[in-house]
Amino acid sequence: MIGLTHYLVVDAILFGMGVLGLIANRKNLIIMLMSIELILLAVNINLVAFSAYLGDLVGQIFAMFVLTVAAGEAAIGLAILVIYFRNRGTIAVDDINQMKG
Amino acid sequence: MVQLIVFLPLIAAIVAGLGNRALGNVAAKSITTGALFISCALAWPIFFQYLAGTAPAEQILPVMNWIQSGPPDANGSLSVAWALRVDALTAVMLVVVTTVSAVVHLYSWGYMEDDPDQPRFFAYLSLFTFAMLMLVTADNLIQMFFGWEGVGLASYLLIGFWYHKPSANAAAIKAFVVNRVGDFGFSLGIFGTFLLFGTISIPAILQAAPAYAGTTIGFLGMRFDVMTLLCILLFIGAMGKSAQIGLHTWLPDAMEGPTPVSALIHAATMVTAGVFMVCRLSPMFVTSEVAMHVVMYVGAATALFAATVGLVQTDIKRVVAYSTCSQLGYMFFAAGVGAFGASMFHLFTHAFFKALLFLGAGSVIHAMHHEQDMRFYGGLRKHIPITFWAMTVGTLSLTGFWWTAGYFSKDAILEAAYAAGGIGPVAFAAGAFAAALTSFYSWRLAFLTFFGEPRWAGSEHIQHALHDAHGDHHSGDISAEGAGSDPHDAHADHHAAVTGTGGYHPHESPLTILIPLIVLSIGALFAGLTFNGYFVGPQTGEAFWRGSLSFDEHLMHAMHEVPVWVKHAPAVAMITGFVVALWFYVLDKSLPARVATSARGLYAFLLHKWYFDELYDLIFVRPAFALGRLLWKRGDEGTIDRFGPDGVAAMIAGTGAAARRLQSGYVYTYALVMLLGLAGAATWAMAR
Repeated sequence: MIGLTHYLVVDAILFGMGVLGLIANRKNLIIMLMSIELILLAVNINLVAFSAYLGDLVGQIFAMFVLTVAAGEAAIGLAILVIYFRNRGTIAVDDINQMKG
Repeated sequence: MVQLIVFLPLIAAIVAGLGNRALGNVAAKSITTGALFISCALAWPIFFQYLAGTAPAEQILPVMNWIQSGPPDANGSLSVAWALRVDALTAVMLVVVTTVSAVVHLYSWGYMEDDPDQPRFFAYLSLFTFAMLMLVTADNLIQMFFGWEGVGLASYLLIGFWYHKPSANAAAIKAFVVNRVGDFGFSLGIFGTFLLFGTISIPAILQAAPAYAGTTIGFLGMRFDVMTLLCILLFIGAMGKSAQIGLHTWLPDAMEGPTPVSALIHAATMVTAGVFMVCRLSPMFVTSEVAMHVVMYVGAATALFAATVGLVQTDIKRVVAYSTCSQLGYMFFAAGVGAFGASMFHLFTHAFFKALLFLGAGSVIHAMHHEQDMRFYGGLRKHIPITFWAMTVGTLSLTGFWWTAGYFSKDAILEAAYAAGGIGPVAFAAGAFAAALTSFYSWRLAFLTFFGEPRWAGSEHIQHALHDAHGDHHSGDISAEGAGSDPHDAHADHHAAVTGTGGYHPHESPLTILIPLIVLSIGALFAGLTFNGYFVGPQTGEAFWRGSLSFDEHLMHAMHEVPVWVKHAPAVAMITGFVVALWFYVLDKSLPARVATSARGLYAFLLHKWYFDELYDLIFVRPAFALGRLLWKRGDEGTIDRFGPDGVAAMIAGTGAAARRLQSGYVYTYALVMLLGLAGAATWAMAR
């Protein structure tokens, strides 16, 4: 029987992968966006798992919201990415440090 | 009327000074010169009234209530009325100041013809005249101090008139700073006087002074004779203004100013302010024997010292400047032996002949295209005859040739010094010897300038003039200088040997320069003969001065009873000086160089003006600089700045640099920090 714990473990693994993808990735900005999606998905699984466990539908409704926001976020992120590539000719993370003080 | 004399120059100075370029050269010059001539025309009748004895002994003309501190008549209250005081002493000064100032204004029309800042110059001259008139009409010490500082300011402005010359600025600052030393003494004297008498009104002080003779006062933890202390403090002020030994160093440097300024301020009027002050306060000075001795010794030392330095100077204006210094010494030792009338007499005649000498020197400089070194003159007699004769008159008068103005006043001083007894003969000896030196350097100046072969070719200034005249179109000064300096450098090593005109033709100065020379020549010839009786005659003098200065009738009598050799000593000194000068500079021209070589040490000693400047540099200037540098480098930069503003700024900059390193600009760094922060916040929330 697959219990809450299993869900939470998968969840934690997904979250950890997402975070590592954000921090350790030095190559590609798309991977970064994907990592953010991964984190959001981990959170979603978390919400759904607890919703089922507690028998409370609010968690699943919340997951829907998160999916919507994630879609919007992905759309805007990709749009920025395209514009950025047009302007600078690269989307390598190591080259993006114009905010350096 | 007196108000008009005093304030016309001020009004003219304000109009010309503020109008400046808007007014234009001619208007500014006309206003100031016109005002001075009116002042002069008004001053002479007053003087004649005093000569005739028809004027009141003293008149006080109130102008306004100036300072009122504390209830009137209360103890320690100070009330100063601004009033013009006119008595015989003031009348003499009024005549001297306005006359010399008027002719100097006229002279400046010619001398400053090509200057771009003429309105400014004339405004300063008139401002000076106002301040000087304020000084001589002072009714109280504060007002005198106002005039005293006013003339100091005008002197500063006029010495530094050519402000683009660094040497002129340095000289102006030096004059101001050295005078501060004297003024410090003077102001202490005024404070002390107020402390003692409770008033600074001159008549009140002079009336009360004899009662305080012999009393003592605590000062700096010691007991001093009060009148001696006050008189010496006031005399220190006089020393500064009148360039007496020790505080004389500014006067020769002040020659950086335009020549009319030297004639007006540094010969005829301002430098005599100290003598005037001592004479004005003479009833106070006679109460202290010590103070009188100090005045006499300082005067005699200056007369002798300045005369020796004058022997070897080569700059025509500096010779005359040292001569001025020396003659001021005469005035002081005359005052020191109690012959205040003789002192004022010499001041009066000296104003004419010394202004004449300076203006004559200016005329020579004008003719020689601003060359001031006598080694490059020679043979000018035939080229500028009127200047030559005017200078000769001035020289005769200065050396005390029979029946010129200087003859009467200098003889009066020397005879009075001998007749005074006590230490008087010391001053007499110094004065008689200085008279011989005076005669020598005066004739040396005349011979080097007007006689012998022309030596103009070696002069850089003359080279300039020739290059400009010959149409070598050097547009800028720099190229002209380049063209002129080469031949000069070539000759510099053996300039004594350079003779010849170099093709230069000096021209006699314009009429505006010559008229003042002629006017002053008349004064230098006849001022002594005419006014002798009034200034120093035993009975007539008493009737003329009428208590405006401490007139010693017995001394004036005794003056006529001195031995025959004393009477003839000045004449002998004069002739000796003349003969030696003639021998040195006309008959055997190689002699000066040989004497200078054989007495090398003495020559260097005199040439360096007794090493006064070097000594002061060592004692005062260098330590002051060192102290300043210490406070600047160690105190200010090393301590205050280091821990104060600079330290705070460095700390903020350091923190900023460290914080900047955190801002890598990489997204992942920010993400990591965010995560760590979140983890930290979560941990904190859970642990709580």
